[in-house]
Amino acid sequence: MPMATSSYEIKLENVFEGPMDLLVHLIKKNEVDIYDIPISLITDQFLAYLEWMRALNIEVASDFLVMAATLAHIKSRMLLPFSPADESDETEEDPRMEIAGALIELLQMKSVAEQLLDRPILDEDIYTRHPEKTMFLFNPEEDIVKTDLFDLIQSYHKLLQRTAGQTGLHIMAEQITVKQKMNEIINTIEEKGTITFRELLSDHPSKLEIIVTFLAILELAKINLARIVQTSKAGIMRLFYK
Amino acid sequence: MDQIKQIIESLLFVSDSPLAIDHIKQAVPEADSETIKKSLLELKEEYEARNGGFLLHEVAGGFQFRTKKEYKDWIRRLFQPTPPKLSAAAMETLAIIAYRQPVLRNEIEHIRGVNSGNSLRILLERRLIRVLGRREIPGRPLVYATTRKFLETFDLKDLKDLPTPREIEGMEIKPFPAPAQEPLEITADDPDVPPEIPPENIA
Repeated sequence: MPMATSSYEIKLENVFEGPMDLLVHLIKKNEVDIYDIPISLITDQFLAYLEWMRALNIEVASDFLVMAATLAHIKSRMLLPFSPADESDETEEDPRMEIAGALIELLQMKSVAEQLLDRPILDEDIYTRHPEKTMFLFNPEEDIVKTDLFDLIQSYHKLLQRTAGQTGLHIMAEQITVKQKMNEIINTIEEKGTITFRELLSDHPSKLEIIVTFLAILELAKINLARIVQTSKAGIMRLFYK
Repeated sequence: MDQIKQIIESLLFVSDSPLAIDHIKQAVPEADSETIKKSLLELKEEYEARNGGFLLHEVAGGFQFRTKKEYKDWIRRLFQPTPPKLSAAAMETLAIIAYRQPVLRNEIEHIRGVNSGNSLRILLERRLIRVLGRREIPGRPLVYATTRKFLETFDLKDLKDLPTPREIEGMEIKPFPAPAQEPLEITADDPDVPPEIPPENIA
């Protein structure tokens, strides 16, 4: 027999996200038989909880009020004597079905969620032969952080500045198009899996080479053939084959 | 052909996703489905008996080598930290979609009694669910379903392999007049190809 609780005894560790969660909590706490819900007790406890929330100045969401009204309505229907059988129904539906049905469904889904988590989970408990390549640590100190557009631009600027004075070499670099560069890059990372921005460039890259390479990288990222990742500490940019 | 088993084993080795029998047949036209299936099951047993570091799993409509969970700690040291586990809210949302697909957002929220926008976003990002299309009713709401990646992540053969809800408080679950719908079969190989939808529901 569930013990009676006054509003002062209701202690809750967490504020409930929604009225259904609160109902589930009350059902479990009172060890209620879902197929025979003591609607009066549950309604009283539910209302007491709302009072408690107000006393603590916690805003009560309208869903809670709707649920409280629903519970009160069901309670009142339970109190009324059954009306003589209508045209179609031989037995009037138990007014608590409205709540019981919804609760059972929610409890079933919670149980299934738990059971799913108990299964061996990919990339947590079990692994396959081709896990995401980003998962391999090249350097444990590397902290891989996704880069945004501004970091990219900054990297590019830094490189340009560094090469600004290097006009010494007079060997004409072949004119290479962005498309050709893209193919070059794809072939490289298809083989190696990953490469840094700096490694993609020759030892003394001309301004043109830097620009073309950078554009190629952006294009590859745009059409989703490669992924750009930046290590936070050194600001080194790395390309991964998708 | 007496090398069938070895051939299939090598195909499984190089494949980067679960290999379905039909897929194998494409590469081995000289064998019929029965023989392939028999070889697969024999391989499965052999790997179990071998007591090695991995097994042949039946998952997501095909077969794939997967490591044993006993060794996850060592494997983890080889990788950077995996993405955080899904929250209870996201798991609840995922369970509902798995069982009630194709399902609308407000149907999900009706069961949970809370806003599910955040959970849906996370599940979409992780590619565990996808949008099948829109239902042709006022508001044209989005319809959700689980993906092949969902099956792969939870080591499920297919949707029928989903666990049955446990008895609640030790009592048998009596059938309730809840709208129970047959889980939608996802048959396409490409997880992004939507399956057939009844025409009156989706445009």
